[in-house]
Amino acid sequence: MFEIGLAHYLTVAAVLFTLGVFGIFLNRKNVIIIMMSVELILLAVNINMVAFSSFLNDMVGQVFAMFILTVAAAEAAIGLAIVVVYFRNRGSIAVEEIRELRG
Amino acid sequence: MITADLATVLPELLLALAGLGLLMFGVFHKGDATRVVSVLAILAFAAALLVMAKGDTQSITAFNGLFQVDRFTVFSKGLILLAAAFTTAMSVDFLEKEKIGRFEYPVLIVFSTLGMLTMVSAGDFLTLYMGLELQSLPLYVLAAYNRDNQRATEAGLKYFVLGALASGLLLYGISLVYGFAGTTQFSSLTLVLGATEGAAPSMGVIVGMVFILAGLAFKISAVPFHMWTPDVYEGAPTSVTAFFAVTPKIAAFTLLIRVLEGPFGQLGHQWQQVIVVIALLSMFVGSFGALGQNNIKRLLAYSSIGHVGFALVGLAAGTEMGIQGVLVYLAIYLFMNIGAFAIVMLMRRKGVAVEGVDDLAGLSKTHPALAYVMAGVMFSMAGIPPLAGFWGKFYVFMAAVQAGLWTLSIVGLLTSVVSAFYYLRVIKVMFMDEPKGEFDRHIGKPAKLVLVLSTAVIILFSIFPGPLLSSAKVAAQVLFPG
Repeated sequence: MFEIGLAHYLTVAAVLFTLGVFGIFLNRKNVIIIMMSVELILLAVNINMVAFSSFLNDMVGQVFAMFILTVAAAEAAIGLAIVVVYFRNRGSIAVEEIRELRG
Repeated sequence: MITADLATVLPELLLALAGLGLLMFGVFHKGDATRVVSVLAILAFAAALLVMAKGDTQSITAFNGLFQVDRFTVFSKGLILLAAAFTTAMSVDFLEKEKIGRFEYPVLIVFSTLGMLTMVSAGDFLTLYMGLELQSLPLYVLAAYNRDNQRATEAGLKYFVLGALASGLLLYGISLVYGFAGTTQFSSLTLVLGATEGAAPSMGVIVGMVFILAGLAFKISAVPFHMWTPDVYEGAPTSVTAFFAVTPKIAAFTLLIRVLEGPFGQLGHQWQQVIVVIALLSMFVGSFGALGQNNIKRLLAYSSIGHVGFALVGLAAGTEMGIQGVLVYLAIYLFMNIGAFAIVMLMRRKGVAVEGVDDLAGLSKTHPALAYVMAGVMFSMAGIPPLAGFWGKFYVFMAAVQAGLWTLSIVGLLTSVVSAFYYLRVIKVMFMDEPKGEFDRHIGKPAKLVLVLSTAVIILFSIFPGPLLSSAKVAAQVLFPG
């Protein structure tokens, strides 16, 4: 019988992580999509943590995952707040137009 | 047991309470509380410094190994607290003149500094992560602090996105290390990785370590993870840039040293190659990137990338002498940069802040004292003997040569010559060009104090190098027991 093991979880996490990283760099449309990509990266890490925790029979991974969830929430709140002040000044959150600063 | 643990984290505890108390004070204070809260924040930094200096200097671990205090952390925390106190002191006048004074500013700095102290003392990747995030989250807010300014908010947005990505990379690395080594504690990791000596270390651990390295390289703005630095330094308010350029950089750098020499000490051959490449690239980008810059904050951003490259040379050597060199370098870097930024903050004409290198034209005629201080700082950054900056470079390159890293030292010397070009250009503009108009005369007391102190350290280090050298040596010895 086919069984789902550690490797499968790690593969899913690796795929999610790569999607998140590519989402940040290839996305030309909207800053919100970047925020979603950041969440995707953190969730990939959580899958890794929980999978390893179960595999190693060790609680540290799950505790770590709880901390990551909490910090991710705080980070998203601050990120959205920054996006809001940016939108107020600029009237747009298109990634292509974020280029006031360059040199 | 718990009292002993709490006594170990006394400086952090003090800052945490100060931050919360100041927040309450600011909310209930009638009228503008920026100045009062800033002064209280500086007092809190001073108190934390005193408590730490009075405390035990033995190596202690607390909270079941989550937290560690030793001479290395004491040295790093001393630099961090000094940097935070000086940059806060310089900021008040600037914020008031820019009319963006709000009491949240010093409070955010207190919380960010608390995060830095925590991460420097981390004895476990969990503490490291929590400290790093506690440091980063207020920094994102500070970058976008001038919320009605388009450039500042853009800087905040860019810093947030790249900072969050860096945290993601770091975390992914931590998860891999946890999975393949079975622990997140530094002391157990040393044992686990030491046990496999001779045999090839697990691939998962090495990949994880490289991810962690990439995440931390973002925080110290080492090439190839430096893209955010010039933009954020230029866009953020100058007082925030001054804070960014010194405090988090010193914190992240000492953390990098701790992680590489502590838990990953056994993987020296693996990480040394990565550090060598990062150091080479940082030195290149730091010297050539700044050549065409006319904005002084952008120029200092590239200069800081270059300085990180030079400091990494000492880390690449991986010896006690190398680490000692890096610590000395960081301390000198602190005093050079607060001096430079104190002057950049004073660059304002008829109440409007200016940031062009050409705005400094003729400073030697309009404000001779400022011009001489700035010239001293620039000469020191360029590494011209006998100023402090030269000795910083000297110690790291000596260590690299002793460790047999010839290419790195030679490239370092060459790029240091290239970077001298743009530092000397600033001096040429100040002393040779025709004045473009006077800067506003008013110089606040904190700015004066910082300028005097910065100049004193830059000049006097070659005469009295003893105290700094010996404390850096003691700090470095902790990482190389036996």
